[in-house]
Amino acid sequence: MSYNVDKKGYYGQFGGAYIPEMLYPNVEELRKSYLEISEDSEFKKEFDYLLKHYVGRPSPLYFAKRLSEKYGAKIYLKREDLNHTGAHKINNTIGQILLAQRLGKKRIIAETGAGQHGVATATVCALMGMECIVYMGAVDIERQQPNVKRMQMLGAKVVAAESGSKTLKDATNEAIRDWINNPTDTHYIIGSVVGPHPYPDMVARFQSVISEEIKWQLMEHEGRDYPDKVIACVGGGSNAAGAFYHFLDNENVELIAAEPAGLGINSGKTAATTKKGKPGVLHAAKTLLMQTEDGQVVEPYSISAGLDYPGIGPMHAHLFDSGRGNFEYVTDEDALKACFEVSKLEGIIPALETAHAFAVLKNLELKKEDVVVINLSGRGDKDLGTLMKYI
Amino acid sequence: MERIKKAFEEKSEGILSIFITAGYPNLNDTIEVLKELEANGVDMIELGIPFSDPMADGPIIQKASEVAIDNGMTLKLLFEQLKDLRQHVSIPVLLMGYLNPVMQYGYEEFCQSCQEVGIDGIILPDLPLYEYEEEYKELFESHGLANVFLVTPETSSERIQKLDGLSNGFLYLVSSSSTTGKKDGIDGTAEYFQRVQNMTLKSPTLIGFNIKDSKSYQVACKYSKGAIIGSAFIKALNGSENIKESVNNFIKIIR
Ligand SMILES: Cc1ncc(COP(=O)(O)O)c(C=O)c1O
Repeated sequence: MSYNVDKKGYYGQFGGAYIPEMLYPNVEELRKSYLEISEDSEFKKEFDYLLKHYVGRPSPLYFAKRLSEKYGAKIYLKREDLNHTGAHKINNTIGQILLAQRLGKKRIIAETGAGQHGVATATVCALMGMECIVYMGAVDIERQQPNVKRMQMLGAKVVAAESGSKTLKDATNEAIRDWINNPTDTHYIIGSVVGPHPYPDMVARFQSVISEEIKWQLMEHEGRDYPDKVIACVGGGSNAAGAFYHFLDNENVELIAAEPAGLGINSGKTAATTKKGKPGVLHAAKTLLMQTEDGQVVEPYSISAGLDYPGIGPMHAHLFDSGRGNFEYVTDEDALKACFEVSKLEGIIPALETAHAFAVLKNLELKKEDVVVINLSGRGDKDLGTLMKYI
Repeated sequence: MERIKKAFEEKSEGILSIFITAGYPNLNDTIEVLKELEANGVDMIELGIPFSDPMADGPIIQKASEVAIDNGMTLKLLFEQLKDLRQHVSIPVLLMGYLNPVMQYGYEEFCQSCQEVGIDGIILPDLPLYEYEEEYKELFESHGLANVFLVTPETSSERIQKLDGLSNGFLYLVSSSSTTGKKDGIDGTAEYFQRVQNMTLKSPTLIGFNIKDSKSYQVACKYSKGAIIGSAFIKALNGSENIKESVNNFIKIIR
């Protein structure tokens, strides 16, 4: 079985491009050109150059001694938190801004939840001198003020999404509407492996640098180029897609996805999509989706704004469906505990999103010689407002 | 399908089609609105299935969708409301909406329910062409349902020909590259209307999106068989105490 995208843009039964005709020319243009452009040697040169000198790649693969002692395995942390802007999101925005330039686009739009992808987009727009509009739910604007100010400092216009629940899902709707209304000069930089084909595959490819580096870094540390387990948190699933990418077909590697359980899987306040979702169509992709019997999308809930999404990327829906992925569900409470534990044991304050990945450790049966890589997708500074209440 | 064909045969110009969200403004207004529209000479109706995330719609239809869902409207309930549709309404009625509620209802069950209550066609803007061709064309057609495709100013002539070839109702010309109810009127895209008008197509065309008054209705009629009005009509029903009067007043403004 293949776990990567097929020729038609599907991962098993999930994926595709469920777009209205208004978006067809844009999405079709991308579909036809994304591989050719991103495989081009000039593109690759510029992409690699910026990742190295602007983002600060390769990010370290750090052996976490005290965590390893505590959990009885060899635990390595892939330090995406050390990237410029503090998360993995910038790997994707660098790739997409270079693509947008080559497509002759003048205007960039993006959606954001926690503001990390918004900041990463505003950053590359400043770098390239391009107009940038970021849609953000009115509720998220309230709870993520520092990131709103960062985006504004970088020259982006932050537009409040006032529709629906006023969070990430609605910000995405507004960005799609903007794209419909500006079909020729605008590129939409989606922030995760969601949306219509080719976005999930395109974003996964730009993020795949994470597992590409893990391979040679593990070779140096362990003398083999794969771990026994890779753990990543999943909102839409871009950091997980990047960390899993080069191990998808290596069945020696267990792929572990940490999903946000919120207040508990059966609490009615959760974002555990693979547990609570059914196949459906949202934001132009067929995927697992939390919804009512009538097909109305249900509001998700998670303490972490970056995981607060009612769907999941089609790649992950397929990893779940096929059994290739091991999906674990982490409550707010366990994520908070893990966040404090990692801070104290390793001197690293992870993002609340990332803390969900760490919280999985205690559920695993680990052996001393097991090599485990946790994708440390982002740093926790942005979450201090939330964390402060628990110190 | 047959009622749609007949409507275009009987009237070669000036067709007026109205879009209204089911269960709006009140849950049980659906049938009354349809009856009043027919009574006021409207030629065709697009009945909107509300969805929580209407990505191609502007604020007016978004709001109507939200109100309808809050009112308790579901696809299942809609088919119950439409049980006696054909005792009250004789003009063509199409269902328009997003794919997900239909997918959850089940495609076969959906087509069956449509046929049972006397629905004539379907407009599902986010149903991809490839999927329609490969999986649903026969199903729709065997239940007498026309599938209506959208065309925009950015749609290539080659693709318009392809959509026309597959169409068995009419082609829905979206007046400009926009979400619904976004722009003021439909001037400025005459070149596009002209281009489509000059093509040899087997399907009739109707122009929709951003038509809101007599003037824009006239422009649409000049370049196609008629017009589809949505947001402007919904706005007219907003807060209405008397559906009959509101519908009558609105249609009088248009023609
Ligand atoms: C640090 C961090 N990790 C993870 C995520 C979740 O996104 P994804 O699942 O696409 O990696 C976010 C999103 O904001 C984030 O900021």
